[in-house]
Amino acid sequence: MDVLVSAADVVALGCLLAGAFLCLTAGIGLVRFPDVLSRMHAGTKPQVLGVLLVMVGGAIRLHGLAATWMLLLVAVFQLITAPVSAHMISRVAYRRRHVRRDLLLVDELRETEGRDSVYQGDEPADAPPEHPGETLLESRREDRSVD
Amino acid sequence: MTPDGMTPDGMTVVAVIAHALLGSGALLALLRLARGPSLLDRVVATDTLLVIISASLAVHASLERDPTVVPVLVVVSLLAFVGSVSIARYVGGMLLQSGTGDGRDVGLAGTGEQRGAEDREAPR
Repeated sequence: MDVLVSAADVVALGCLLAGAFLCLTAGIGLVRFPDVLSRMHAGTKPQVLGVLLVMVGGAIRLHGLAATWMLLLVAVFQLITAPVSAHMISRVAYRRRHVRRDLLLVDELRETEGRDSVYQGDEPADAPPEHPGETLLESRREDRSVD
Repeated sequence: MTPDGMTPDGMTVVAVIAHALLGSGALLALLRLARGPSLLDRVVATDTLLVIISASLAVHASLERDPTVVPVLVVVSLLAFVGSVSIARYVGGMLLQSGTGDGRDVGLAGTGEQRGAEDREAPR
């Protein structure tokens, strides 16, 4: 019995340490990655796998069914809500062009006609314009018209 | 051996390592929250920060074998979801819809300077 309890504790503590390590990787990725989509890729690692690992560790360590069911509820809730919020944030991020389009391999939402191709508004400072040549010509024309 | 089945030293070492990992992750998320160039970077950082907070609450509860804070986890994860979705909807409401009704959005409303530039362009 003592050996069993000890083995379960070792597994639980391993799960807790792995979940904590995933939280650290999320922080590093948030600081180092270049735009909203890749930061969200890094930031949602602990949101699913880390929370699941920590909840498994807690369910092993804690006594009583009430705590276990509540941890299961938290895990299921994270699994349901993480895709929803990630979808909404990434959709708005793409539309407001907080996205480094030169780093995208596939860009199925790209539509170059219309005003969406005009360089305007709310990009991060290091985002390239969608049409660099036209943007350069436009800004030169505006500079001349100011003079 | 304590009733935990671990030596106290092993438990302390695990607690220190876990809290160091969680704390440095939370500090890096706070750094992105302070520096993030756009609102959505801050939303992502806040989401991650709340997840790290709930993970560290669960780590604390399971290291202490103390189920008191477990209901707080439910509340924190609920608040993280509601907060990020409402900010995403708020930012999405700033976008203009195109007048043709095809659902394609036309980006942000132009600023006053841009409208002035377009008016200057028009007579030529």
